[in-house]
Amino acid sequence: MAGSNSHSKAGQPGPPLWLLAELTYRCPLHCVYCSNPLDFAAVEDELTTEEWKRVMREARALGAVQLGFSGGEPLQRDDLAALVAEGHELGYYTNLITSGVGLNEERTRQLKSAGLDHIQVSFQDSTKEVNDFLSSTRTFDLKLKVARLVKAHGYPMVLNVVLSRLNIDHIDRIIDMALALEADFLELANTQYYGWAYLNRDHLLPSREQIERAERVTREYRERIGDRMKIFFVVPDYYADRPKACMNGWGSVFLNIAPDGVALPCQAARMLPGLEFPNVREASIRGIWTDSPAFNAYRGEEWMREPCRSCPERTRDFGGCRCQAYMLTGEAANADPVCALSPDHARVTDVVARAQQAAPPATRPIVFRERANSRVVVRG
Amino acid sequence: MAEIALEAQPRLRSLYRMQWEETQKSWVLLYPEGMVRLNGPAAEILRRCDGSTKVAILIADLERAFKATGLHSDVHEFLTEAERRGWIEFAQ
Repeated sequence: MAGSNSHSKAGQPGPPLWLLAELTYRCPLHCVYCSNPLDFAAVEDELTTEEWKRVMREARALGAVQLGFSGGEPLQRDDLAALVAEGHELGYYTNLITSGVGLNEERTRQLKSAGLDHIQVSFQDSTKEVNDFLSSTRTFDLKLKVARLVKAHGYPMVLNVVLSRLNIDHIDRIIDMALALEADFLELANTQYYGWAYLNRDHLLPSREQIERAERVTREYRERIGDRMKIFFVVPDYYADRPKACMNGWGSVFLNIAPDGVALPCQAARMLPGLEFPNVREASIRGIWTDSPAFNAYRGEEWMREPCRSCPERTRDFGGCRCQAYMLTGEAANADPVCALSPDHARVTDVVARAQQAAPPATRPIVFRERANSRVVVRG
Repeated sequence: MAEIALEAQPRLRSLYRMQWEETQKSWVLLYPEGMVRLNGPAAEILRRCDGSTKVAILIADLERAFKATGLHSDVHEFLTEAERRGWIEFAQ
């Protein structure tokens, strides 16, 4: 989020400007790159309407101003309009982050009158074949219909397309589709390798040539279309030599509440061992944000190791992503190995080298995000 | 970019919402998944961009409110930048 500051030192965090309410892990889609935890099927005890309202009130009092309704598919919750109305009443800017499945004329109107400010609709591709393959559903035509509905009701609309090896060569058609649907913003988000995407990494990571072409095409479109639609291109961090400033720093501006009330500094952090993430059923948002050991674990710089500890760039990227450091090095406090200065950088470059082959060797077949797979993966 | 006329009537684009944030002690501009914190002068100008007030009136109003003169070039510069960033448009 532009214009936000990170806290000066541990114990004195700024406000959680961004509240992401993951209302449910239920989802009619089965995307191969889903960022939900692999064991999502084990989470069944969703927060009630009243519990969500309390979370929203308390976070707003702390200074939260952007409110995202996400999931899973947030439209699976029957109380969505009631939650939007509460968020609007509290003065949030309310964002619905949806696959589009479950949005019809009546519901679109109902959410508008509840005060919903913006809808982000995801597409998996510009073609029916690839969209429907990556989500393992027949949803492409429905998504087109929903996107038109969103614009017809006067919402600002962001189209989000997660890019991977399997769709990135369609980038020109994806941009054309977004223009035709009159999106206000197009987010071309290269896959981040967490959750299900990490499991499917060998199938999803594009080659350098694919990325360079996509960036070139995006630049050409930007020059041609000017202000008509803003295009964000999220660079795949595996191809960078410095890590992303993940979440603008741990516990800095972002507060994620999982469907069962577990409070997290990001969607992926739940997998980190040794941290006890607090639950909103047992603690206040203020207590969670300000005082909980989990939210303070990687604030400030005390936790850093070399090469981050003495690095002049540590105030810019905060050592990158703790989850990525854990997944690739086994230790969350290590430098994010995306960084060329990390002693573990080869863990990234090895994967990148494999992705340059025409048909990269995969350790397992592609796995779709399904309840049955969630149980199998977790049993191991 | 063309010079902004004194008769032009700027307004916030529908993508944006402006509000006072008590915890930040600041006016902010909110848009899909984002926020811009506004400094004092920027907020004073944007608050007056209602789609019916002409730039000339807006400047006169600011000069009266802040007992100042010669704000024309500052306001002009800000509105040009605000239009470039897509925050405002001009009523037809």
